[in-house]
Amino acid sequence: MTPHPKLSISGLNKSFRNRAVKVLSDINLEVADNEFVSLVGASGCGKSTLLAIIAGLQESDNGDVLVDGAPISGPGIDRGVVFQSYTLLPWLTAQQNVEFALRETRYDPKEIADIARHHLDLVKLSRFADSFPSQLSGGMKQRVAIARALSYRPKILLMDEPFGALDALTRGQMQELLMQIWQEHKLTVIFVTHDVSEAVYLSDRIFVMGLNPGRVKETIPVSFARPRTGDEGHDPELRELQARVLRSIRQETSGQDVY
Amino acid sequence: MSYTTAKSETLRKKSDRRRRKSLLSMNTEFPTPTYVGIAICAFLLLLVAWTIVARLGLVQPIFLPSPLAVVTKLIKLAQDGTLGNDVAISVYRISIGFLIASVMAIATAILIGAYRFWEAAIEPVLDFVRYMPVVAFVPLSILWSGTSDVQKFLIIWIGTYFQQALMFKDNIKRVPADFVGFGRTLGMSDLRVLMRIVVPSAMPQIWDTLRISLGWAWTWVTLAELVAANSGLGYRITVAQRYLQTDMAIGYILVLGVLGLATDQIMRLLGRHFFKYEKRT
Ligand SMILES: Nc1ncnc2c1ncn2[C@@H]1O[C@H](COP(=O)(O)OP(=O)(O)O)[C@@H](O)[C@H]1O
Ligand SMILES: [Mg+2]
Repeated sequence: MTPHPKLSISGLNKSFRNRAVKVLSDINLEVADNEFVSLVGASGCGKSTLLAIIAGLQESDNGDVLVDGAPISGPGIDRGVVFQSYTLLPWLTAQQNVEFALRETRYDPKEIADIARHHLDLVKLSRFADSFPSQLSGGMKQRVAIARALSYRPKILLMDEPFGALDALTRGQMQELLMQIWQEHKLTVIFVTHDVSEAVYLSDRIFVMGLNPGRVKETIPVSFARPRTGDEGHDPELRELQARVLRSIRQETSGQDVY
Repeated sequence: MSYTTAKSETLRKKSDRRRRKSLLSMNTEFPTPTYVGIAICAFLLLLVAWTIVARLGLVQPIFLPSPLAVVTKLIKLAQDGTLGNDVAISVYRISIGFLIASVMAIATAILIGAYRFWEAAIEPVLDFVRYMPVVAFVPLSILWSGTSDVQKFLIIWIGTYFQQALMFKDNIKRVPADFVGFGRTLGMSDLRVLMRIVVPSAMPQIWDTLRISLGWAWTWVTLAELVAANSGLGYRITVAQRYLQTDMAIGYILVLGVLGLATDQIMRLLGRHFFKYEKRT
């Protein structure tokens, strides 16, 4: 028996308003264990919707979503989510936010504080454990959100443009940090972004999504050796790859402009 | 060296002047003492104007007694215990009435804010009743519950519950959908998400709504006491009218104003304390 892929989606369709608006059409994809994949595509092509379906927060019209070969039924703690919007609970400190997740996912109360501390350490925020979200910068909030999502050990981490609201500098630091965590902790990550260089820097594979209806139109492997330093920007091969992803996305949007 | 200090000195003066000038310009910021000072001046100005009008005899004392007469009357009423009693009774009535209305409104809001079925079943009714003038219920309330305290609770309830329920619902609806999504990814049940994430998230806004509606409740308790009571601040004002004790009527209206202001400030301070976490420090 061959091992199951970590995540497998087949024949998935999704529409809104009583099937009047088709948003996702015949999605088929597989993600291997410990793989880092990105979903890229023009705004409105259904990236968030697909991620929400994988998270179990939305239902598809039909098709299968399997985690380790078993169909999902709604949301579950085998899949952690980092949202684009800040979702730290404002009345809890960074530490308490992580503890909240651990408590709700039934961790041993005696271990909760330690695990939370360890994960804040992981995202280099130990010093801010007792700060409230209002006292943290956007990048710090997303780091706590990552710590929180990782703390209860989901098999798959789903991230929907987690760095979309951050400035370029912070964004770069966050990408680096995420890379480090991913390499050290062996995670399966599905990362939504519309930033091509971000996708290329982080991913093993990139799924380029087409528009109207949303579908996976191309899968582009990124074979650059890891650890990546982020300095590969000058590498002509990498720039060619970025250009290729960008072209693939553009074809879709330019097609739309015609009508 | 001295040249540069002199220069920076004039620069500082210039910027000082600019700041002073901006006291009356839009959205300008100045320290709290300045703010308080301006507010006190405004009150004093009103008081002086009132004193002048009364002193010059422009209006007969029976229509507008002097501030001194009003204060003297209030002191007398305070000394013989009338004022304290009236305040206590009115505060008791507003506390109970407002508490009942608020608890019911929050429960209703959670129900209609979270469940479409209950929203469809309840909200249109609330909306409908909301447009009925509270004062129109006064005769009915007397018919049902005489001049008892229950009648006061009823008027306060009618005046606040329907507005509150809809405002609380709005507070709850404004909690970002991703907060709910976050809770569900942890495997929390709907009810748990509601009680542990949604309601706490809406709490600062719910508190603001409470604060606003408590202000209205003062109006409703006074109304109820004006028309059907034999005690309380509102009742004493009708007595004052009957016996042409204008000083007492005005004094009590001022007391009502002070009480409203005081409860509002207490609510504000409590809110600031409860929701400290919202402030960046
Ligand atoms: N609840 C909804 N009802 C109707 N249409 C929706 C809903 N959510 C998303 N859509 C539509 O589905 C499409 C895909 O949305 P989304 O997944 O957010 O795209 P992306 O994340 O790629 O920008 C958009 O055209 C959007 O308008
Ligand atoms: Mg999106």
